[in-house]
Amino acid sequence: MPLLSAQNLIAYYRTELYGISRTVHAVDDVSFELFPNEIYGIAGESSCGKTTLIKVISGNIKPPLKVEAGSVHYSFGQYEVDMLHIRQDELRKNVRWRQISYIMQGSMSVLNPVRRIITTFEDIIATHQGITDKAAFREQIRQHVSRLGLPVHVLDLYPHQLSGGMRQRVAIALATVFHPSLIIADEPTTALDVVVQRGVLQMLKDIQTESGNTVLLVTHDMAVHANVADRVAIMYAGRFVEEAPTQTIFTAPRHPYTQHLISSLPVIGDKSSKASLGGSPPNLANPPKGCRFHPRCPYTMDICRAEVPPMLQIGDRHRAACHLLKETTS
Amino acid sequence: MSANATLLDVQHVTVRFHVGGLLAGATMAAVNDVSFSLESARPEIFTLAGESGSGKTTLARVLLHDLEPTSGRVEFEGRDLVTIKNRKDAMTFMKDVQPVFQNPFETFNPLRLVEAYLYDTAINFGRAKDHRTAAPVVDAALRQVGLSLEEVSKRYPHELSGGQIQRVSVARALIPHPRLIIADEPVSMVDASLRMEIVNLFRKLRDEQKVSVIYITHDLATAYYISDRIAIMLRGFIVERGPVEAVLNEPLHPYTRLLRESVPRPAPEARRLWAQHIDLGTTEIREYGRIGCKFAGRCPAVMDICREADPPDIEVEGRTVRCYLYTKQLQEKP
Repeated sequence: MPLLSAQNLIAYYRTELYGISRTVHAVDDVSFELFPNEIYGIAGESSCGKTTLIKVISGNIKPPLKVEAGSVHYSFGQYEVDMLHIRQDELRKNVRWRQISYIMQGSMSVLNPVRRIITTFEDIIATHQGITDKAAFREQIRQHVSRLGLPVHVLDLYPHQLSGGMRQRVAIALATVFHPSLIIADEPTTALDVVVQRGVLQMLKDIQTESGNTVLLVTHDMAVHANVADRVAIMYAGRFVEEAPTQTIFTAPRHPYTQHLISSLPVIGDKSSKASLGGSPPNLANPPKGCRFHPRCPYTMDICRAEVPPMLQIGDRHRAACHLLKETTS
Repeated sequence: MSANATLLDVQHVTVRFHVGGLLAGATMAAVNDVSFSLESARPEIFTLAGESGSGKTTLARVLLHDLEPTSGRVEFEGRDLVTIKNRKDAMTFMKDVQPVFQNPFETFNPLRLVEAYLYDTAINFGRAKDHRTAAPVVDAALRQVGLSLEEVSKRYPHELSGGQIQRVSVARALIPHPRLIIADEPVSMVDASLRMEIVNLFRKLRDEQKVSVIYITHDLATAYYISDRIAIMLRGFIVERGPVEAVLNEPLHPYTRLLRESVPRPAPEARRLWAQHIDLGTTEIREYGRIGCKFAGRCPAVMDICREADPPDIEVEGRTVRCYLYTKQLQEKP
């Protein structure tokens, strides 16, 4: 039973300025499922629709973003949620932070700069649950923070007094207070140094292993996916092009874009020349017809220019969307 | 001047900043006793690598004559940078040493055509008399980076992709025919599929145009890929410096080892080593203020002496390491 089932999602940004209307095809026909107790990675370049996809599945849909079609369905045990039709007050009271929490790239914007960390905890939690006994609540937070291996005194500090890595770990602590079923981490370590990144991701992974919940990890950094994710989906220009267990993505990728992405990754210890892919990702306000990768693909055929390749099941838990591939029927 | 064998000579450069209040407060060395040199005869890509707050960018500013060091000396082709006093000298220097910055969308004014910068550079550095004669100069520079004047003319920065605009900023730097390019995090804002394009471009410039490049980055993987030598910086010090293969494949300094181990490898089978738990240690400011080796608080091999005085530069196995673990080598030397 999947925790999340997203089917055929289409989400566009529609804007109109001085009579000129513009549609950005940010998410186009994306389907995927998340299961309990896994770390699912989404990789893709900037403006490929990763963040829009997160907005849609977390029910954070505000104009000009509009969901054109598709469904987002959650099963939190007995509690079923249709994310695209849920009432806002129910979403805030029962789902956000209790079932789905969120870790952003710049945790400075999560933590209120003029309040101590502990007060930010109170502010955020009070939105989702009444706090009756403040002292007991603070004690509970202290226990939660120390269980995650953070020094308890950080709760009495202000955000600017913490280093970037500590702030991000505080944001993770904040996101896990209610032991949510799904933690969405959007580029959680992009601004951090490698040593700090390692510490922060280790913490996230420990929490996941201990509580058995699901983490949706979105980052452009393939090396992070290689070390953290169980399954990885590759997104290109608003569509999923390939999805497979991490090992398969790295050792046997099938989509030409994934193949290029993997083969061009620089590795310490390897000085062999690595080619770069010509061209650049398309503008999503005016994406190319057919396969969106065809202008840059080394294997383009006539069909690629005309028809969008369907997502095919090409192996065990392995899907890809390319006209070169054939579906395996098992 | 051409008889001089060194292109760039950096000797014991220290930059101190005042932190804290007007009367109270202390000084902090953002760059501390840094020395290295590049040879004229052998163009190379020299990487300055380190995490945020290691002093990389401050050092770049010193090398670009944008900031005067508190102590120490920087010589470019035998000329001490402190002797650059007037605009004419500065132009002569800038002609040979050109920068490429991190975020190309910040480098270029969004309301100005990108080609305007290229024309300005060509005219300011005397490569052309006017706009008309500058066109072939601009086009030639753009062709070196795989673009052409036709592709970028009448375009604003937002109309080019991140990779394209960063190549335009490299093309701009190439117009005065520099001997040295100082590139500060040139690929960290560029997408993965375009990153190799820029990185390969630096390789090509070194091999074909004989331009030396100081590549400043926190990304050890691209550093390994393109550079000849690397210097690892920690809190203002260069802790290890030498050929990139030696430093990154067999790091000697404990900090380099930690850094090397923390770079996630894009290979799922290498997970176990990376997953070994680490201690993130104290905050940045505290490490800057530390007496002795800045890494002593996190170092697995820390000794008493490490907390007492700055370790010296020690020559070990063809590289320079700033660590007391190797003092034996120092004593053995005649």
